[in-house]
Order: sequence, then structure tokens, then C-alpha cells
Amino acid sequence: MTEPLLRVDGLKTHFLTRAGTVKAVDGVDLRLDRGEILGLVGESGSGKSVTGQSILGLVDPPGRVVGGRVLFRGEDLVGAGEKRLRAIRGRRIAMIFQDPMMTLNPVLSIGTQMVEAVQAHETVSRAEAWERSRRALARVGIASPDERLASYPHQFSGGMRQRVAIAIALLHSPDLIIADEPTTALDVTIQAQILFEVQKLCRETGTALIWVTHDLAVVSALADRVAVMYAGRVVETGTVAEIIGNPRHPYTRGLLESVPSRNRRGVPLRSIPGMTPSVLDLPEGCAFRPRCDRSTGACTAMPELMGDREDRAWRCWNPVGAEARGDAA
Amino acid sequence: MTTAPIIELNGLTKRFSRKLDVVERFARRLGAAIDDRAVQAVSGVDLSIAEGEVVGLVGESGCGKSTLGRMVAGILPPSAGTLRWRGRDLRELSPADRHHANLKIQMVFQDPMASLNPRLRVADIVGEAPVVHGLVPRREAEAYVAATLRQVGLDPAYLRRYPHQFSGGQRQRIGIARALAVKPDVLVCDESVAALDVSIQAQIINLFMRLRAELSLTYLFISHDLGVVEHISDRTAIMYLGRIVELAPTPELFDKPNHPYAKALLDEAPRVSVEKRRFAPIRGEIPSPLDPPSGCAFHPRCPHAMPRCSAERPALREIAPRRWSACHLNETTGP
Repeated sequence: MTEPLLRVDGLKTHFLTRAGTVKAVDGVDLRLDRGEILGLVGESGSGKSVTGQSILGLVDPPGRVVGGRVLFRGEDLVGAGEKRLRAIRGRRIAMIFQDPMMTLNPVLSIGTQMVEAVQAHETVSRAEAWERSRRALARVGIASPDERLASYPHQFSGGMRQRVAIAIALLHSPDLIIADEPTTALDVTIQAQILFEVQKLCRETGTALIWVTHDLAVVSALADRVAVMYAGRVVETGTVAEIIGNPRHPYTRGLLESVPSRNRRGVPLRSIPGMTPSVLDLPEGCAFRPRCDRSTGACTAMPELMGDREDRAWRCWNPVGAEARGDAA
Repeated sequence: MTTAPIIELNGLTKRFSRKLDVVERFARRLGAAIDDRAVQAVSGVDLSIAEGEVVGLVGESGCGKSTLGRMVAGILPPSAGTLRWRGRDLRELSPADRHHANLKIQMVFQDPMASLNPRLRVADIVGEAPVVHGLVPRREAEAYVAATLRQVGLDPAYLRRYPHQFSGGQRQRIGIARALAVKPDVLVCDESVAALDVSIQAQIINLFMRLRAELSLTYLFISHDLGVVEHISDRTAIMYLGRIVELAPTPELFDKPNHPYAKALLDEAPRVSVEKRRFAPIRGEIPSPLDPPSGCAFHPRCPHAMPRCSAERPALREIAPRRWSACHLNETTGP
């Protein structure tokens, strides 16, 4: 097997707070090939956003990556110096945040910010940087890019701002983009436009993408593979077809059944009982155990990842459908 | 439909106008042509809701769905149009009757943290209104609140707690309990499940459906989430820029939307499915309600736009029994 573009091994990011150690990410493994789109799915507090930030070394104190490796093109980014990380951020790995106003400086014109982003990594003339920015804006479907370069962020709508953020992420044709809920705040028709552009760009440029979201519907439409997170760990991973069509972890199945769907109109949804546990006070063993209808005595021990392949695995002693297959643990 | 609708809206309109600031007033005195800027958030909406019915109201941000909901709930006064409660115009009711009618329509908000007073205990949040309105004597208030909490699936042991001690889903249950405490007939739910995680959202949707059956409630269910609306409502209205563009029984609307905007919206809503798909988005953005397009507000983005669409606004017409749509295409190719 060829070396993947990104390999995350046993990543642990903990927040050392006065109330105790919050294990926001506690042993996450991921792998991503070139040009691949991975959906990182989870509910609030599952650690999905912190995972994305940890890859780029963007976790603020009191948070700290306390274990594991992030191998990007064979190079371990955990423990890499700030100088090295700065060279990679934006150029090799770009990030798109949920709120583009957080990315954009409100007092600088879009053009100034984009030129700055180009010149941060490459020694090019201002004119050339301007031209590249213009092309990047045109590529994400922004009409009359010349005028837009002279505008300020507040003159853009939410959807347009997010397009600008994507254009900036694309400036250096990065190998990997980490997008953290970039369409969550947008309307359906605008979200569809952004998804359309992103899908097209990833196909054209061969950029790999990690799409962090709580929205299974978006992931099922966009991604190649999915990793489902719960309480700081990946509990199941597989292709979209495997995760949606044949979930093995009870939490994944619960999530899917919680989403209203066409053929079950008016029927009570099969919701997951209880609520997401506090990461300060996780139950021993499988964190999903208290909410799970399949839990047994075995679940007090943390299940290992099991499955057919490295990229088709689940963390459960009593996976869904095990009875029929006769491979129960 | 033989029964009189519980709520009937006729030409309901809401205009928000912004007063000129000092500089602008000064400029106008010097002869500059500046007028008060008015936003027509809701324009002439007709809608009737039958007793026990769940009407879903869908639209994107700025379409006026929340403003409409607030007018129905009596929080905002309409600028024009009438709101009838059980067949009677609210403005013609005696103050006591109007008071009673207002109490019978309650609202559940999106963000329970913003709509619950952080300095009140649950017992007071839920118990205040029924005591003030004389539905329950003060000494029985606690037992009454406990019963209401049980109804929404909360442990009455939480009576003495404050809102911050609850999770998002539990807080939403408190918001629902507060609305139910005054024994309403109608609940206006404004994005009431939007802020919740998927697994919690499902619990609250189930709660809404159970309450509907137990208390024979009527809902106006406002949401941007098409899946949720399809799941819960009997009829669905789709709004665009202050107007209802399509109104139909939910299964028919979702199976075969008529209005081009409804089609686009339904096509683009991501659904959980095994197949990967290509998005074919409609172009452009939602126009500003400060400066709405002429004619049909959707014409600049509509793939079927004709010259007539920019000149004349299509009326909401019944294109088939119980199906309403506001599009000129129904007249040219229509039945």
C-alpha cells in the first residue's frame, strides 16, 4: 500500500483545566489519500473540530496535543517547530472555518488580504499575486473579481464571504484542505452552491479534503469516506455507502435513524436516549455504553477498532448485524 | 374542510421602517432626497390553519418566516391585514377575549438559553405565567409545574435548578413546558429544533408529536430544515422574500413541487443517501428585502423566467384541490 497523504495515529489532544483534564481527542486514527474527501462526523463535544485543529497545530492553551502522530507526506507535524508549521499552513494544508468573518480581516480589502496570503509563501511580484487572487476568485464562482478584490468583507453576503475564504484556501493549490462546518451557517441554496464548487475543485485540482460536520446528509452527498466520532474517538469508519447503508456501530445507526427521512413520515423517530456525555466524566470502557441498547458486560472494557480493513472498522463489541453474520465478539 | 380554521390570516403584512439618523435628517433638510427605509418583511400572507393541524413554514434566512410566526403569536403587531382567531378578528375582540386568545397561542423559540431567564429557577420559569394568569392558585403552582415537567419528559426533581444546569435538549424541554403551562391550543415553534444535535433533535421532534396527540395541539412549525418539516407537518408553506410561493399538503409538495423555487429548494437539500451526487445549484443569492425585484421576486434566479415574470407579480392561486402556487407558468402551461 502506498503511503497516504495524511495519517493520524493515536492522536490525543487534552485540555488541562481546573475542573480536570478534558480528553477532547483521545486516540484518533485517520488516513487520507490524495484527492480523497473524508467526512468527519460527530455531534457537539465529540472532538471533531479539535481533531481538525490538532492536525495543523492550531490548538490553543490550555489544550495540548499530548500523544500520537500526524504524518503529513511522511513528516510528523506533532512536535514540528512553529516555523515549519507556518511554512505548511496555508501552503500545503489550508483551513476553512465555519465563520468566514473569523478568517477575514474586516479592515483590509479582500485584495490586500489575498495578495498578502500569496506573498507569505512565495516571492512573487504584487501584480502577479493580484492576478493569482483574481483567478482564485473567479474559480469559486465570484462574478467581476476585479471589483470584488477592492471590496471589504462587510460588503459581501455570508455565502460570498465563504467563497472568498475558499478562494484564499485554494491560492497555493494545497494538498489538503480542512473545512470545519463551512456551510452550517448558510442557507440551503447557498450551501448547495458552495458544495458544488468544492466538489468540482477537489476533482479538478486533486486536493484532498477533510469536511468536519454534524450533518450526515451533507457528508453522504459529498464525501468518499466517513469517520464518525463520539466522545473523542473515531467509533466507525468506512466508505459513504458502508456507513449509510450498513452501519455497524450502534451510535452510527442511531444517528442515521434520528434523521427524518422520506419513508418514515409521521412515524416517531428512533432517537438515541440520553445525551452526549461530558468529556470530563466519561464512563469507563465504551463511552456510548450508557445510551446503547446493545451494551453487555463486555462494554466496560474499551473496544479496539475491529473490522475487515484498516479503512472499514468500528469500535464495538456487539456491532449491529453481528448476529446475522455470526461474527459476534 | 368544514370546521372553521383556528387561525386565519388575511393579507397579513409587516413593514419595518428605519428612522433616519441625525446626519440623514440634516441632509434631507438641505434638500437631499432621502426617505425612511422600509423593509417589507412579510407581504400580504393569506393562510388558514385548521384545528389540530400542523402547518410547516419553510424558507431561507430573511424570507419573513419568523416575523410571520411572531405576528401569529401576538408578539409583533401586523402593519396591515387581519388575524382571525376561531373566526373572529382579533382587533374586534373585547380586551378580555383578546387576552384569552393571545394566551391560547404560545411560542417556542430557537435558542432556549436566550429565551430562558438565567436568574430564575425552573419552577418560576414554568410556573410564573399560569399563576399570573390565574390558571393555577399559587400554592398549587409547584405541583402543577412538576406535572408539566413530567409531560415534557423532565424529572420534577429539577424544579429548583437554573437553566445553565441543563443540556441544550433539556433546556428546549423547559421552553416547551413554559409554553404548555398556560394550556395553549396553538404552538408557534420557531426553529425549535435547529440548535440541537441530531440525536437530541429527534427526541424533541418525538416530544412535539406526542404532545400533539395527547393535547390535540395545533402547530405552526417554522424551520429551514426541510427534512424536519416534511416529517412533522400536514401541510407545508414555502416562503420567499415575504410571500408564500407554494402551499400544499406535505406529501404532495415534497413529491411534486410546483413552484420553481420550491423545486430548487427541495432538489438542493442534502439527504442522507448512499449515492454520491452532483450539486446543480440555482444561481445567485436571495435578494435584499430592502430592494426586492419587480414582479415575481424569484425571477432573477428562476430558470424558467419569462418577460412577464419581471413585470407582473403572480398571485397565489389554487392549481389543484388544496394546492396553491404563485407562478405564471401555471397559467401558460396550466390545467
